[in-house]
Order: sequence, then C-alpha cells, then structure tokens
Amino acid sequence: MKIEILGTGCAKCHKLDELVRATVKETGVIAEVNKVDDIKKIMTYGVMTTPALVIDGEVKAAGKIPAKDEIMKWLGGK
Amino acid sequence: MAECCGTEAKLIYACSGAADVGEIADRVARKLRAEGFAKMTCLAGVGAGLSGYVQSAKGADENITIDGCKKACAKKTLERIEVALTSYVLTEFGLVKGESPVSDEIVTRMCEKIKSTNGTKAVPEGRINGGCGCGGKC
Repeated sequence: MKIEILGTGCAKCHKLDELVRATVKETGVIAEVNKVDDIKKIMTYGVMTTPALVIDGEVKAAGKIPAKDEIMKWLGGK
Repeated sequence: MAECCGTEAKLIYACSGAADVGEIADRVARKLRAEGFAKMTCLAGVGAGLSGYVQSAKGADENITIDGCKKACAKKTLERIEVALTSYVLTEFGLVKGESPVSDEIVTRMCEKIKSTNGTKAVPEGRINGGCGCGGKC
C-alpha cells in the first residue's frame, strides 16, 4: 500500500502525517508513507485544498483531517 | 494553487457550456479567480469523478457554481456529490441565452453582480443582452 500526505508544511499537514503513521503502525498494515510538499505534485491530483490523504493513487480526503476510524477503514483495518 | 490549512478554501466552478452564456460563465469564473474572489477548479474533474476534485469540493469551505442558463449543469454536477454550494445562473441576472455576445463589459458586469450578492442569491433583474446596456430592447 502506498500512502501520500499532501501538504505544504502547515500544522494540520503535520498532524495528518502523524495520525496516518500512528494508524498504520496500529493496524499493522504494510505501507509506504510519504509526505509530499511539492505544490506541483500536489496539483497533479487535482487537489485544491490541503492537507490531503492519498491511498494507492486515490484521494481519500482533502482540506480536512479525517477521523481515525475513517483512516482505519481505508487501510483495511477494523 | 492548492489552499493550505488555515486559509479559507472557496472554490468556483463554471459550466463553460457551448452557448454564449456558457462562455460568459467561464470567463466570469476566470476573472473572479484573477481578482482573488475564489479559486477556480475543474467542473469536468468533478463530473468525471476524479477523487482529487471530488474530495477538494467536499473539503472546501464554500463551493460556488456559475451556470450560463437555468439548466444549471454546474450546480447539478456538484449536487451529485452532495456538497453544499452557492449557485449563480447568469440568465437570472438578465442575460438571454443565444442573444448575449461575449464581451469584457458583460463579463465585468456579471462579476460585479456576483460579488455584490456576497454569498446570497441575487434578485433577478431585467433582460440584458449584447452588453450594450439597452436592457434587452435593441
């Protein structure tokens, strides 16, 4: 599983990054997590609001920090 | 440009339809973007179901649609993904479909009407066509 956190470096972006990494660890799923702060790359997803969460190429959330339960569901955990 | 957290995300979409009023809607959205009123993004991306566009709309503080005519394709496209929106229909501002040649003057006038409503629906007024200011009599 490939996970990308899109954001240019603000507090919410960092918070989402931490939340996703903690949730990945908790679920035990094998995933590569990358923080993407290059605005050109962010724009290739059509994302207009950050932070955004991309899992295997699909944007799951943008402009907000999703709930941990939602992230778990996307990761295939309980 | 993507809006980072802490900044209000106000997104604007135009129907960009084939008719004159569709072209005006497109130019109005681009002008409003240039003026910093909102960030323009792609209605087609939402219609195509591309996740980045759909999720950006869902995460935006405000979504604004500009349609040329009452078919309101932009509004309906956003409604399909169940987001709250503010809708503007240019024929409700007096433009007549098929009788409204595109001009800078008419684009500017439509922009001013949208900005003056400040997020509320404007009261429709008399016919305007051609940008000549005759009120539809010419």
